[in-house]
Amino acid sequence: MAVDLVVDHASETYSEALMISLAATPFPHRHLLGIEDLSADEITALLDLSDTYVDLNRRPEKKLGRLRGRTQINLFFETSTRTKTSFELAGKRLGADVINMSVEGSAIKKGETLIDTAMTLNAMQPDVMVIRHSDSGAADLLSQKVNGSVINAGDGSHAHPTQALLDALTIRRRLGQLQGLTVAICGDILHSRVARSNIQLLGKMGALVRVVAPPTLLPAAVDRLGVEVHHDMVSGLKNVDIVMMLRLQLERMKGAFVPSIREYYRYYGLDRDKLAHAKPDALIMHPGPMNRGVEIDTEVADDIHRSVIREQVEMGVAVRMACLDALVHRTLERPAEAASQ
Amino acid sequence: MTGKVAYTNARLLDPTSGTDSRGDLLTVGDTIADFGELFSAGVPDDCTVVDCAGHCLAPGLIDMMAALGEPGREHKETITTGTRAAAAGGITTVVASPDTRPIMDEIALIEFLDRQAQTSGVVRVLPAATITKGMAGQEMTEIGLLAEAGAVLFTDGYRSITNTQVLRRALSYASTFGALIAHHTEVPELVGDGVMNDSETATRLGLGGNPAAAETIMLERDLRIAELTGGRYHAASISTADSVDAMRQAKDKGLRVTCGVAPYHFALNENEVGHYRTFTKVSPPLRSESDREAIVAGLADGTIDIIASHHRPEDPEAKRLPFAQAAYGAVGLETAFLIGLELYHKGQLSLLDLLARLTAGPAAILSLPQGRLARGAPADLVVFNPDTPARIDAEGFQSKSKNSPFDARPIQGQVLRTVVAGATVFEAA
Repeated sequence: MAVDLVVDHASETYSEALMISLAATPFPHRHLLGIEDLSADEITALLDLSDTYVDLNRRPEKKLGRLRGRTQINLFFETSTRTKTSFELAGKRLGADVINMSVEGSAIKKGETLIDTAMTLNAMQPDVMVIRHSDSGAADLLSQKVNGSVINAGDGSHAHPTQALLDALTIRRRLGQLQGLTVAICGDILHSRVARSNIQLLGKMGALVRVVAPPTLLPAAVDRLGVEVHHDMVSGLKNVDIVMMLRLQLERMKGAFVPSIREYYRYYGLDRDKLAHAKPDALIMHPGPMNRGVEIDTEVADDIHRSVIREQVEMGVAVRMACLDALVHRTLERPAEAASQ
Repeated sequence: MTGKVAYTNARLLDPTSGTDSRGDLLTVGDTIADFGELFSAGVPDDCTVVDCAGHCLAPGLIDMMAALGEPGREHKETITTGTRAAAAGGITTVVASPDTRPIMDEIALIEFLDRQAQTSGVVRVLPAATITKGMAGQEMTEIGLLAEAGAVLFTDGYRSITNTQVLRRALSYASTFGALIAHHTEVPELVGDGVMNDSETATRLGLGGNPAAAETIMLERDLRIAELTGGRYHAASISTADSVDAMRQAKDKGLRVTCGVAPYHFALNENEVGHYRTFTKVSPPLRSESDREAIVAGLADGTIDIIASHHRPEDPEAKRLPFAQAAYGAVGLETAFLIGLELYHKGQLSLLDLLARLTAGPAAILSLPQGRLARGAPADLVVFNPDTPARIDAEGFQSKSKNSPFDARPIQGQVLRTVVAGATVFEAA
């Protein structure tokens, strides 16, 4: 088992937290496995708390003591750069001891390792385990075996709840609210946990969701999830407020799901011409990492007026801080030290 | 065993003759000697008396497909534990799945299984052999010699033969010997990475979908080949409404084809997958509620000939995994009949029709003398109370494996006694 351990020796530089409960909302969840467990009010409260942490993260002194003495293990069975870094920073900024475990998926049977590793790590009494795994339901399975909290950082094609929350935060900060917006999610819906979690969250918050993809990249009965289904970008993007592009893995474009990269780009890649059908000020989002020139044109991706792709990354840290905080304390309360500055 | 046993005060049920009446039954040795109003003047002194206390007495059940673990998978099941489980479920004859290690494609293996069954089995075990060598779907096995050695049917287990020519030749060749080909019907390419029914539920869970059409397309191909060759064809386990329709049409056309279902396909639907419950991962997968209803209708009108347990024991290591990686299969020997009784309690099948799918139906397909109450027939019997309220308890199973999707399910019915060749092999505590 190839495990690389990176231990953060708890820093001595906590800013002493003076906690004053500001309109504390109970958060009666031990785990964050998917969006379906959250109510609209809880999502709103999580986003409010995240806003506070965005402000904190923009200060030179970014560290709080909210999770001092707590242990967070990031257990990644799939390679990830940004999500793992984001969770690591989030935990550290709240004062937790954070350990990263990257289990290389190639040499071992992933399933055996999941249970075995979970039981071993559980014996070390972590307060939070953040898991990413290539199988749907892996986070659910882990949550049945451990005493602490589990955060799903992406399981198979099932769910990626913190991504949906950070997308929602990004949208809300730009456009003020989610209610009443029209969002087009475009690309490989079939294999996308990001799409599934976003469809649920946006639906709960009163946004209208469209999915735009060729039929081969749509899962069965996707319309039953409460979305409008479009097979072409022109109708799919018409008058939308948000265009959310998904990554399409290159190996799926060589004839299995779509015939070629160039054909996919021709019909489903986001370029200026297709974007012209959206509202003039429509925002462009992408969960990363992007395939430039495959699902998105470089010029569009880098448009500083419309692309919020880098903002999404920034919001990611704040949202993950809010989730860690809420799960450990079971309430959503704003830390006074962050709010006062 | 030359003793006489008098089963008195019973409700005699026999689907073949349509018998449903109060009476007694006498076995002499391993044979049914007589039944009816036998002992109104008292039971003769030389008989051992089994008082059925008004409960049902029916032919022992015949299960056309169960994995018994031997050889090669003894950590999941053995002939001993598997046949004890069968006896506890009222089953007196089991066709053993040939998907063993090594795979049952050689005469010596059939003989091995026979010997094992003689020495350690408590119910009758009938061997099956594979259709193709190594279940590879390419070269047919020695169907004639294997049948002569005792193989009662030929199946490649839960694999489908995709090469149409191979299946055509196998069916055609097998017809020489009157051998039965039992086939799993799924187009593997359409199943792809599908691990549950392709549906809204699969989409929500992010699990690969196995479309209903994958089964029906293969079944319809098979039915054409059966028509072409005139071979004896049995669709081992159907699960969709369209498959029931396809079977109905084939039978209307007069084809000599039959089909079976597993209890989970008439008792459960895809919603049971819930939060990735791997005990509900079966092949073919649990389908939609409308498919389930069509299966019930097919059982009721006789389109579906038999119910088989499709017992597939798996140890926790094979099931305590993310859903996509977990093994397929559910144990079923001890629950097949009890779950079947739900159809009777819901008024969907008469008790005699239910018993027909579990006794006379498989006996007719396999040309067995069992499965009926008749003078001179083998004394394989089950005594049961269809009404006893109970709850399925997987931990209490005789089977070595406990992977039941029905664990903790409230049921009505209890097997009280199972008799094989005149000897009691199971008695409820």
